[in-house]
Amino acid sequence: MAAKLISGETTSVALTQSHLDRIEAVDADVHAFLFVDSQGALAQAAAVDAKRAAGEKLSPLAGVPLALKDVMVQKGVPTTAGSKILEGWRPPYDSTVVVNLKKNDIIILGKTNMDEFAMGSSTENSAYGPTHNPWDLTRIPGGSGGGSSAALAAFEAPLAIGTDTGGSIRQPAAVTGTVGVKPTYGGVSRFGLIAFSSSLDQAGPCARTVLDAALLHEAIAGHDPKDSTSINAPVPQVVAAAKSGDVKGMKIGVVKELNGEGYQSGVRTRFDESLELLAGAGAEIIEVSAPNFEYALAAYYLIAPSECSSNLARFDAMRYGLRIGDVDGASAESVMNLTREVGFGREVKRRIILGTYALSSGYYDAYYGSAQKVRTLITQDFNKAFEKCDVMVSPTCPTTAFKIGEKSNDPIAMYLNDIATIPVNMAGIGGMSVPSGLAPEDGLPVGFQIMAPAMQDQRMYLVGAALEAALLTKWGAPLLSQAPALVGK
Amino acid sequence: MSSLSRDDVANLARLARIEMSEAELVSLSSEFTVILDAVARVQEVAGADVEPTSHPLPLRNVFRPDVVVASLTSGEALSGAPAQEDSRFRVPQILGEEA
Repeated sequence: MAAKLISGETTSVALTQSHLDRIEAVDADVHAFLFVDSQGALAQAAAVDAKRAAGEKLSPLAGVPLALKDVMVQKGVPTTAGSKILEGWRPPYDSTVVVNLKKNDIIILGKTNMDEFAMGSSTENSAYGPTHNPWDLTRIPGGSGGGSSAALAAFEAPLAIGTDTGGSIRQPAAVTGTVGVKPTYGGVSRFGLIAFSSSLDQAGPCARTVLDAALLHEAIAGHDPKDSTSINAPVPQVVAAAKSGDVKGMKIGVVKELNGEGYQSGVRTRFDESLELLAGAGAEIIEVSAPNFEYALAAYYLIAPSECSSNLARFDAMRYGLRIGDVDGASAESVMNLTREVGFGREVKRRIILGTYALSSGYYDAYYGSAQKVRTLITQDFNKAFEKCDVMVSPTCPTTAFKIGEKSNDPIAMYLNDIATIPVNMAGIGGMSVPSGLAPEDGLPVGFQIMAPAMQDQRMYLVGAALEAALLTKWGAPLLSQAPALVGK
Repeated sequence: MSSLSRDDVANLARLARIEMSEAELVSLSSEFTVILDAVARVQEVAGADVEPTSHPLPLRNVFRPDVVVASLTSGEALSGAPAQEDSRFRVPQILGEEA
């Protein structure tokens, strides 16, 4: 698309309009978007076309449309994070990611659906109804960023922004047959990202190809004085890596603990095939062990709720958002209690209560304190393994997309979906999911996860690009060309 | 086996400032029995010799130059307010009558 814009074969206005038309046609079925900013997007596109006509030097993605996860604030555009408590709120400022997108002249089509405050693995926890997987509309598109990945797979947008706290970029990418990258923690600014779990949250690029993801990665990454945890160092050269895809002599470590039992047979079939292809491209495949990964899930479901119970205290009905029960004589406390009862959904309440418990006096050491120690052990497992290999790999998820409603009454079964993605967040390193084909038994997409040491994000792109190229040769066409056509309107 | 009674959940909900119906309190307390059992596994490996990690980056005292930059106007800051009066947030009564 970028090439056609540069050659003058099309304009950003035409490209934006064609995506808006596609959204109009299919989004009633997919429900990837919570808000479509047609006017804003077309105005932005016209401005980019004018700059190009005037001969200005533009960024590589200038004029290309993008779908923005609704957890990222954008000035004047409704931002809800999938929650009723923020319904109708229009932020008075732009997040740093949005500032960077605008600086690169990337067109923002609208805001995508997500699990409320990014808590979930299926987008079923959105207060505005679930998103449907374009591969099979009765199935989940993953979560929490199901809207962003579904928009890519339904060709409603060629690029999207996601955020990943325990797998919310990578798991949706895996189950929709798209690419999703969680950069190293601190690689992309969190300023203006509505916080869920501050020490785990990280925004990143979603796309249909590894190179597109890399171009978007470089556009949004970099140090930001407004986020004290953003890393003040040069952005890894991910575009060059995605263009090279050279894995000759690279050591790829297969995580022993993230395979085998509990993993669907078709997921294992595709994973093994991907390893063979990477070996064929010149990589050396070895096995590595990470014995403490089995505790990652338990630690995550203490750390994330603990941080969220504190972060979500800001929704107090005083300065913005919903306010319920403000009748004459009502106390601030009763207004707060009533607003939070109505404004928060079930999963959010469950996690706030769990976090409040884990942090409470008398239980802190046993729960939150122990979870923090597990975090240390997981980081040590990664460090030891990375002494033996350049990247680590696993299936992104144990299964393909499940049916909408199948797991919504069983929190533990739902949480198990993130078993392979969570260790990456705990250690703050980078993780990527690339499509590795379809599971033979159900014909649904399977993701291949690549993990790299902190600030070595380019290694994931080398491996991702190599695998993508090998699979393209094998299939003869991108995986998404096998997705069923959406009938739409 | 860890568990939380209906009254424990009611107390936590009060601390978290969330009103809850009787049905919600009862169902959450039964879910927590399962969830706490699952997460309590962290205690198996968390020995006294392991240092806790609170954050993935070993950052200490991040400073920036103390320079005045433009901030939101009061109109912008109030743009999302549920209620306002005289360019201020209007909030429900915080103190009791006699205070």
